[in-house]
Amino acid sequence: MSEFPASGVATPPPPATHASPLYPLRLTINGEAYTLEVESTVSLLDLLRDRLQLTGTKKGCDHGQCGACTVLVDGRRINSCLTLAVMQQGADITTVEGLANGDALHPLQQAFIAKDALQCGYCTPGQLCSAQGLINEGQACTRDQVRELMSGNICRCGAYPQITDAVMTVLEETQGTPDAPEPSPGHWTPGTVPA
Amino acid sequence: MIPPTYERAASLQQALQQLASTPGRPIQPIAGGTNLLDLMKLQVMQPSGLLDVNALPLDAITLTEEGGLQLGATARNADTAYHPLVEREYPLLAAAILAAASPQIRNMASNGGNLLQRTRCTYFYDRATPCNKREPGSGCSAVGGLTKYHAILGASEHCIATHPSDMCVALAALDATVHVASVRGTRAIPFGEFHRLPGDQPEQDSTLAADELITHLTLPPGGRFAAHSAYLKIRERLSYAFALVSVAAALEIGPDGRITDARLALGSVAHKPWRSTDAEQLLIGTMPGDAAFESAADRLLEGAQSQGQNAFKIPLARRAVVRALQAATEGTIDNRGRRRGQPEHAA
Repeated sequence: MSEFPASGVATPPPPATHASPLYPLRLTINGEAYTLEVESTVSLLDLLRDRLQLTGTKKGCDHGQCGACTVLVDGRRINSCLTLAVMQQGADITTVEGLANGDALHPLQQAFIAKDALQCGYCTPGQLCSAQGLINEGQACTRDQVRELMSGNICRCGAYPQITDAVMTVLEETQGTPDAPEPSPGHWTPGTVPA
Repeated sequence: MIPPTYERAASLQQALQQLASTPGRPIQPIAGGTNLLDLMKLQVMQPSGLLDVNALPLDAITLTEEGGLQLGATARNADTAYHPLVEREYPLLAAAILAAASPQIRNMASNGGNLLQRTRCTYFYDRATPCNKREPGSGCSAVGGLTKYHAILGASEHCIATHPSDMCVALAALDATVHVASVRGTRAIPFGEFHRLPGDQPEQDSTLAADELITHLTLPPGGRFAAHSAYLKIRERLSYAFALVSVAAALEIGPDGRITDARLALGSVAHKPWRSTDAEQLLIGTMPGDAAFESAADRLLEGAQSQGQNAFKIPLARRAVVRALQAATEGTIDNRGRRRGQPEHAA
């Protein structure tokens, strides 16, 4: 859990480079309520990392292309670099810091370790939050579907097979093993069906 | 980034008054923000204010009185694609949305914002190069430049950018209507008249007036195309990439096996989704087959012109149209080989 400001405590404003108005913001992050004031241009990602020191969420591209900044907002996965903090009034946000229960790792975190689903680890917080979002959405059962629905998270070390293994492990624990075998692409031209 | 003002619209009336009181639209409505904030970070778009429309009651997905579909402007792309009515009656729309972007972005991006997203032309994004869309009158760097993603149809000497949406290609094929509101009243815009060709005003992506806000989209009753529609997206990697060419194909096939109605739209080939009713007419009354499909593809691509590096898109689009029509005939609705009636989780 965050060691950072508990309910009702405002963070000090950042050093101002120019006078820009501050906007009041109340939101919940990893179960803690925050009352803040932010400039209109602060992304949710920058709020988390720079103002609240929740640096588990990573900044990769800052343009919504890599998924390293994925967090859950009201249980849905989003790119925190592509939304403004002020737009998250009243939202319930979960970051990678909020997944574990104290020292007990989240099942996805355990599975990522067990399946060796990381090398450098930079994309891992985003992969974990994205995988939790995928489980919440309930649209994926098979490996192909997991791969397709994890495509918003880039891993430049190339740990994709192991990430898929880890997500499948937790999916199967949650939903049971799918009854149907992996679908065959039939006569559809190979190369256009995500492998 | 010059900090814009930020305001949460509390009512539609208040939002419309706000837009009307800022001529030239320096105030930009924001819903998902996935494209707008990206462009603001790059200083390609620099609105003086943001009007957050997420609290407005514009997120419903419901049946219309005529048995069609109403899609709220602020309903999210993911909620639209996975909605049971959309999956059952408009699988073409669901397939197109799910071919686009990533799950995270589909969770954020709104339906209205999908229509209003800007081109992904590299030069539009690069402030170091001239671009008539970004800076009218400065010139087009794409002409004679890197044109792999650029238009083969409907371009002008001033702009060869393409509209990047997948969702809009399906909406064009399905004859959607865009409903907009302003303090002056409401307006219903046929989808084909919403986006515009660049001509000598490429800075104008659409016919939406500066004081207008998209409130919702409607689709006519869609069941008749549900059994035979396909969205084929050709791209350089298998997921999370913009299309080189995409095709929305929808057929109605009569009891005698002949095509009784047809819809065809191409994506990523022009400044707007590209349709030709002439091409669709060629299919009506024929037995589904490659000869008819090739004729329709040729008609749809009539007038196609290469910009140099994108010459490959002309034969690619032709073959993609034929393959999308084959898939529609067979009831295979997307690149994943999913068939009609198969929900995503049992594909």
